[in-house]
Amino acid sequence: MQNFIDAYSWINIRFLLQGLWVTIEISVVSIIVSFILGTILGIIRYEKFKYFSAIVGFIIDIIRNLPLLLIIFFTYFGLPNIGIKPEIIPAAILAMSIFESAMVAEIVRSGINSIDYGQTEGALANGLTRWQALRIIVLPQALRNMMPALVSQFISLVKDTSLATIIVLPELMYHAQIIYGQNTNYIIPMFVALAVLYFIVCYSLSLLAKYLRRHLA
Amino acid sequence: MINLISSQWQPLLLGLWNTILCSVIALIGSLIIGTFFALLEISQKRVIRVIGSVYVEVFRNIPLLVIAMGFFLIVPMYIAKINGFTAGTIGLTLYTSAFIAETVRAGINSVETGQLEGALANGMTYTQAMRYIILPQAFKVVIPPLGNQFINLVKNSSVLAFVAGFDLMYQGNLIANDTLQTMPTYFIVGVLYLIITLPLSYYMRHLEKKLA
Repeated sequence: MQNFIDAYSWINIRFLLQGLWVTIEISVVSIIVSFILGTILGIIRYEKFKYFSAIVGFIIDIIRNLPLLLIIFFTYFGLPNIGIKPEIIPAAILAMSIFESAMVAEIVRSGINSIDYGQTEGALANGLTRWQALRIIVLPQALRNMMPALVSQFISLVKDTSLATIIVLPELMYHAQIIYGQNTNYIIPMFVALAVLYFIVCYSLSLLAKYLRRHLA
Repeated sequence: MINLISSQWQPLLLGLWNTILCSVIALIGSLIIGTFFALLEISQKRVIRVIGSVYVEVFRNIPLLVIAMGFFLIVPMYIAKINGFTAGTIGLTLYTSAFIAETVRAGINSVETGQLEGALANGMTYTQAMRYIILPQAFKVVIPPLGNQFINLVKNSSVLAFVAGFDLMYQGNLIANDTLQTMPTYFIVGVLYLIITLPLSYYMRHLEKKLA
């Protein structure tokens, strides 16, 4: 019990919270980037441009089927091999965004697919261009359908930021490692703290997902 | 790159083998545990339902890395000496079982309630009805999502690299550090992962289309 009291001194808690803040920052930036990029890629894949869509689709499939950890290694340790040396934080954001964009693209594509094609036909018959039909008629409905899946994806993004400890990104997991690295008695208290902090963030997001599922579907 | 493959094919193959082994063990384990907790979640008793959903929510909302590292560091201190592979596989099993529980529960819910009522009316007990009537139908529905879970499992098994589990990612990292040829090594590792996951993912998409 004394271990817990010692481990949760204000200095340690503050250090953990600083890590949590970096986790949230990286997550938010990656969510924004991957939402925009993923939507564009999803539309490209859905629209079936000659060759272009097939190539983009194949790249999306490759990225989706690789471990995120490998992509993190690739951006931080692999890129310097061909002369690009990203800093830690950009490398982490780049890796997360690449991976999550591919995931989001797939969600967007199936979201658009879930909308009846009659909607597009109706819009075209009413004189809208194909792009207008997609933007004004189809996408808003699709967005409503795919909201729960998107939020679940963003929950796993928050959890996946912990993988970036491997490139010493100063986020929550890494800060906890520093604390229990100094005193092995702190291992259990730190893992309890990690579990609680991640749980609070992710569970509130999953409550949001549940709420959206109930009120949008 | 050909040099790299010809000199390092042994550790790479060992890593691939460990990744597959860990994924298959974790898949079987998490199917059993996941189904068990799915059954708890749909139980008629409130207390049991709460136990089931607490388990699922806890393991779904904590990063796999925290679970695996926790097992790797804490279990040897108090309970038993385990190596990284075991700790990682246990962590992966528990983490995945929460997702599988959700999938199986959705599958069970997709089976009409009339089926259960009919089975009970025909004199089956609740257990028998689940075992012979509901679960077989539920599993047919959840095969595509389970396949996707297995793909995730293979990808997530890369977390073993953190706990010295000698999986593909760990071996690839060792080679990258040894030879300093990071880009080619990660490329090869990526191709090896894709050999497992890509065919599976295309097959699952095909299956989904067929069932829909």
